[in-house]
Amino acid sequence: MASSDTTDVGPPPQKPPNPLYSAVESFGSVFVNVVEDIGGLAQLLFQVVKLAIRPPYRVMNLFNQLDFVGVGSIFIVALNGVFSGMVFAQQSARAFELFNAESLVGPTVALTITRELAPVFTALMVTMRAGSAMCTELGTMRVTEQIDALETMAVNPIQYLVVPRVLAGLIMVPLLTLVFDMTGLLGGYFVSVTVKGLSAGSFITRTQQWLDAEDIFEGLIKGAVFGLFIALVACFKGYFAHGGAKGVGQATTQAMVLSAVGIFMLDYFVGVILH
Amino acid sequence: MAPTQPASAPEPTIIEIIELHKSFGESEVLKGINLKVPAGSTLVILGGSGSGKTVLMKHMIGLLKPNSGQVIVDGEDIVPFGADSLEQVRRKFGMVFQAAALFDSMTVYQNVSFPLREHSKMPEAEIREVVRQKLGIVGLKDVEEKFPSDLSGGMRKRVGLARAIVLDPKIVLYDEPTTGLDPITTDYVDEMILDAKKQLGVTSVVISHDIASAFKVADNIAFLYQGLIVDQGAPEKLRDSQHPQVKLFLQTWFGKN
Repeated sequence: MASSDTTDVGPPPQKPPNPLYSAVESFGSVFVNVVEDIGGLAQLLFQVVKLAIRPPYRVMNLFNQLDFVGVGSIFIVALNGVFSGMVFAQQSARAFELFNAESLVGPTVALTITRELAPVFTALMVTMRAGSAMCTELGTMRVTEQIDALETMAVNPIQYLVVPRVLAGLIMVPLLTLVFDMTGLLGGYFVSVTVKGLSAGSFITRTQQWLDAEDIFEGLIKGAVFGLFIALVACFKGYFAHGGAKGVGQATTQAMVLSAVGIFMLDYFVGVILH
Repeated sequence: MAPTQPASAPEPTIIEIIELHKSFGESEVLKGINLKVPAGSTLVILGGSGSGKTVLMKHMIGLLKPNSGQVIVDGEDIVPFGADSLEQVRRKFGMVFQAAALFDSMTVYQNVSFPLREHSKMPEAEIREVVRQKLGIVGLKDVEEKFPSDLSGGMRKRVGLARAIVLDPKIVLYDEPTTGLDPITTDYVDEMILDAKKQLGVTSVVISHDIASAFKVADNIAFLYQGLIVDQGAPEKLRDSQHPQVKLFLQTWFGKN
């Protein structure tokens, strides 16, 4: 509410000299940051590709990362897959009941999971679990001079630290997407057949009719793109972190936000390109 | 062919820095450094906080590129070098970091053996022997299976030195080796620097603001103030320096002792 006369004491609050100017300035600085990040990511990707194909090959480091990113994420991806499939079957069964088209629950769940939900949710899970750890680990190594130490020992830190992590993201996220596909379908089947009492035969036959190998393949391509992206973002933000513990915290927050937003944006663009 | 500067000093110069300038944004950190490090000697770069010591040292090993000037290591100007050539140059160096910079996911043994695994084809038994010998030089034993987090600050620094000398480098760089250590450990680290020089014949460059330690280990001292070497020479010469900042800095120690 507007204030009464009695509260009208002292000078009026000073307005910014030019609101338009500060709005343009803040928009400009966000734009510059985004362009800087994209440029930095592209540069790092170029380095990773260059260093991945030339020796020395860091096989043990790669296996460690495959284990950490992939094997370590199976349980949460599977759990997430089962419940996503269950929720999706539950909701689509309610909708299809209205049209007596319950037999379409199976294909709907299968197509949505394989083409969209599996790669996106898997990438989000891996971002939270492995991306955050990668960013924090590299950030801590940067601020405690462990990355400088690698360089002084004539070891290329990008080849030693970043290449195995990015490859692990690229390889394991599509495989985890498959895990999500399978567990999601199982969850959908369980709710449709056991809870909702739909016909098991109809669920399976209709799903087989509608679901093509290309649908699964589309999910895997998306998984690979997301896996590459989230590992690259986590490594980029961690590798160039500065400013002690606070800096590492900020880098990890930025990596998580950029990865999550990027997954949804890439999902749209990869979908458009594939179709 | 990289441009080189002939050494004018009678003893061979292993590192020579010529007119080195470095700025970060608006702030000019190094304003034309000229410095020579004779092979086999210990040079201490003394200076207060923010004088540019660490920046200067990072140029010696190619971790930073200057705005202008030359850094000549073993006869080659490393400033124009790319990543691959710099890797070759860095094999001549060992570096001991202020907080040791040990890999915290590895044991002491894995840390010290890391450069050997990277740059030699030694069999495991030989690696184990070399690691034990280098840990012996820095006065450590039975710590191989410990993690850096299980060690004290002084022990971590000694493991850092063992790792730095494991490939028998020509030059060892020490980044503030005695900062944050108690007087007894400081004395021990000083002895360790002298022992490394005596036993391995390495050239050492130490950056420090610890005057007592500097005067104990140095063959030469260079005093860095606001991005410039304002005075340099043997410790006894520097003690009689007429430069006001050097006098002020040294008074904080010699005034009391």
